[in-house]
Amino acid sequence: MYRIIERRMIVPNLHEFIVEAPAVAESVKPGNFVIVRPDDAGERIPLSVADWDASAGTVTSIFMQVGGSTAKLARLKPGAAVPTFAGPLGKETEIGAFGTVLCVGGCYGIGSIYPIARALKEAGNTVITLLEARSSYLLYWEDKLAAVSDKLIIVTRDGTKGAKGHIDRIPELLQRAGAVPDRVIVNGCTFQLMRTAEITKPLGWKTIVNMNPIMIDGTGMCGVCRLSVAGKMKFACVDGPDFDGHEIDWDEFLARRKTYNPEEVDPLRRSSCRSHF
Amino acid sequence: MSEEKKEKKRLDLKRRSMPKQDEHERVKNFDEVALGYPVETAIEEARRCLQCKKPLCNQGCPVGIDIPGFIKFIVEGNFSAAVKRIKETNALPAICGRVCPQEEQCEKMCVLHNKKAPICIGRLERFVADWEAAQGKAEAPAMAAKTGRKVAVVGAGPAGITVANDLALLGHEVTIYEALHECGGVLLYGIPEFRLPKAIVRREVDYVRSLGVKIVTDFVVGKTRTVDKLLEEFDAMFVGSGAGLPWFMEIPGENLNGVFSANEYLTRVNLMRGFRFPEFDTPVKRPSRVAVVGGGNVAMDSARTAVRLGADEVHLVYRRSKAELPARAEEVENAEEEGVIFDLLTLPIGLIGDEHGWLRELECLRMELGEPDASGRRKPIPVKGSNFRVPFEALVMAIGNGPNPLIPMTTPGLTLNKKGGIQTEEATGQTSRPDIWAGGDIVRGAATVISAMGDGRVAAAAIHRYLLGK
Ligand SMILES: Cc1cc2nc3c(=O)[nH]c(=O)nc-3n(C[C@H](O)[C@H](O)[C@H](O)COP(=O)(O)OP(=O)(O)OC[C@H]3O[C@@H](n4cnc5c(N)ncnc54)[C@H](O)[C@@H]3O)c2cc1C
Ligand SMILES: Cc1cc2nc3c(=O)[nH]c(=O)nc-3n(C[C@H](O)[C@H](O)[C@H](O)COP(=O)(O)OP(=O)(O)OC[C@H]3O[C@@H](n4cnc5c(N)ncnc54)[C@H](O)[C@@H]3O)c2cc1C
Ligand code: SF4
Ligand code: SF4
Ligand code: FES
Repeated sequence: MYRIIERRMIVPNLHEFIVEAPAVAESVKPGNFVIVRPDDAGERIPLSVADWDASAGTVTSIFMQVGGSTAKLARLKPGAAVPTFAGPLGKETEIGAFGTVLCVGGCYGIGSIYPIARALKEAGNTVITLLEARSSYLLYWEDKLAAVSDKLIIVTRDGTKGAKGHIDRIPELLQRAGAVPDRVIVNGCTFQLMRTAEITKPLGWKTIVNMNPIMIDGTGMCGVCRLSVAGKMKFACVDGPDFDGHEIDWDEFLARRKTYNPEEVDPLRRSSCRSHF
Repeated sequence: MSEEKKEKKRLDLKRRSMPKQDEHERVKNFDEVALGYPVETAIEEARRCLQCKKPLCNQGCPVGIDIPGFIKFIVEGNFSAAVKRIKETNALPAICGRVCPQEEQCEKMCVLHNKKAPICIGRLERFVADWEAAQGKAEAPAMAAKTGRKVAVVGAGPAGITVANDLALLGHEVTIYEALHECGGVLLYGIPEFRLPKAIVRREVDYVRSLGVKIVTDFVVGKTRTVDKLLEEFDAMFVGSGAGLPWFMEIPGENLNGVFSANEYLTRVNLMRGFRFPEFDTPVKRPSRVAVVGGGNVAMDSARTAVRLGADEVHLVYRRSKAELPARAEEVENAEEEGVIFDLLTLPIGLIGDEHGWLRELECLRMELGEPDASGRRKPIPVKGSNFRVPFEALVMAIGNGPNPLIPMTTPGLTLNKKGGIQTEEATGQTSRPDIWAGGDIVRGAATVISAMGDGRVAAAAIHRYLLGK
């Protein structure tokens, strides 16, 4: 069992989750993920690592409550424990001296882009971090990210903080900052990954996306996490989760993520109350 | 009466059958199909054994069980002595008795094989193992004094469990690292409950733990800690990480929704208990028309699982003919009884989906058998223009698994073999690294439970010699 040090909602529907897992904390690298099982009847779900403390033996993730398993996690209190916390899994994000790197984070990816930005900064890159959220109240860790970035750009859909609009404004906002990235790295929800890749493709900006397919084992055994990259079948858990966003078959990817919607998501929309339908 | 006639008269050529759950009932549950011999039947079957002076059956068993020896004890009703005799060479008789391809191994070598009535060795082995379990506590074996040497075992499949068992008995301190949250390897996540009850696997794992073996789950060697880092703490290592890399056919449409690898399909049901969704959280699809591609044990297990999940029609699509089906004969028979439809001499060439990315149809070619190929089996050749399509909502790819590349990828200096697995010296299981041994499917590619155990046994002995000399 792995003890939960912290589990608190940091912004609506997003939870900070700190777990005691010394072996994971000892080996984790930016871009890795862990597989968590909330309880003995639980699914194995992947969560990206957003931070860690090797000396304390703890690992931090940010998760969004979307379905049954994340709802179970959201009910756990500090001091409780989860039966499975395996990792670090996946290849780490490639960190090099690229020059100028644009780190894009949204949703839980605001958390998981943090160690990536930090490592890129340490490797001597100029780091521009762009955070996207529906509204200002959904932003978090701005200070942490500002501290490891040369520039922090914020975009909110309703304009309550930073620029108004969404990810489509990337080229314009970067131009305004006078920067051309040598590499773009995106962590967050699938739509954001896809949209960013679509925008950067005509600009020729190499774009790495941290993919989030359905997973089970996370060790390359089951093949459920497969996707098509440059026309080849890849397993996200061992070949990724980072891939070149311009090479991904996004339609297929989006469809695969919906495989279990009839079983898992549709029931959540149903209600026993007769005034609902 | 001539000598020969006398002999014939004495021979009992009736293989005792094992009671099974009725096929109409069993398709509705996941309980074990074969029910095991009652005591009287076991003794009758054991009496058929000729107690050959120079038995051949032993030679067919990859771990060399003293087969006439244990059978003799059954005849005498001394079941505890029978188990003891088996356990001298096989730590997991309840498992082997159930899943060994006996007709290819021990039973094939039995002198009564050419009379088409080999002794049902596997069933007898299972009988005594189950008898022991029913008695409650198994007799504790003699343990050697502690040596102070430490061995790490990667993977809690049959290979790893065997190594841990043997080395613990020899007094070494053993730690097993397992990537998943439960132990057993394929015995747990692959082979279904109706063929190998998970309680048996758990019992065997608990037994190994009772010998003082430490088991660390959720630990992915190569990721959580590398092999080299572990070897700073341990004197030797055994890698039994299995063949956990599912193959696909590389035909169009394999990433459609509704297409599963057998590993995914079976893992959802077995390890994650998806058949009890939503009581357990992991969902599993319950489509009405399912195709399973392949002809081995994995394919049979997938097809029979689909039947139990309520499919109306389950087709097994195999490119050769019935005679070449690599699955155990008993399982083919079970699948047929349970209504699985065999589409033989049929080659899938493409999967067709709808506009939302869901599988709708399977396109196939008919095959005919040509000349024998290198494996001695007649080679299937496509019949030109014989394309046809069949509607399916789900398809399970059960065409095999390759060695799991995680350890080779993260461990420098490990020489690989032609199959992409770890190269070992056959007589010892030693790899190109002097302190690392390997065995089971990571070396052989997808093989069998008993060969994985045999490898484990050989490696444990070699590791023991190495540690004593150290
Ligand atoms: C490598 C990786 C890293 C991830 N990192 C994070 C993270 O840091 N924080 C976070 O909140 N989420 C992360 N995810 C997504 C997270 O795993 C899913 O949100 C979670 O599994 C949903 O489980 P559920 O039972 O709550 O929802 P479900 O009821 O299973 O599903 C709800 C919705 O989520 C989608 N979904 C289901 N399973 C997954 C899955 N395994 N991955 C993605 N989407 C899924 C479904 O299509 C459905 O629309 C990551 C996924 C991957 C593969
Ligand atoms: C569905 C199915 C049915 C089968 N039916 C039969 C049958 O009827 N009879 C028969 O004889 N054989 C059968 N087989 C084959 C048999 O199960 C295998 O040959 C046997 O299990 C191999 O044993 P192993 O110990 O080498 O590996 P596995 O059983 O594969 O175990 C390997 C273990 O190592 C773990 N692991 C992998 N990588 C790591 C890592 N990096 N760190 C830590 N742990 C790791 C895995 O999670 C797993 O638990 C079947 C196989 C399948 C898939
Ligand atoms: S272990 Fe397998 S091969 Fe050996 S005697 Fe038992 S059933 Fe036969
Ligand atoms: S070969 Fe057959 S008959 Fe002879 S000892 Fe072995 S099992 Fe008995
Ligand atoms: S999650 Fe099973 S292979 Fe990637």
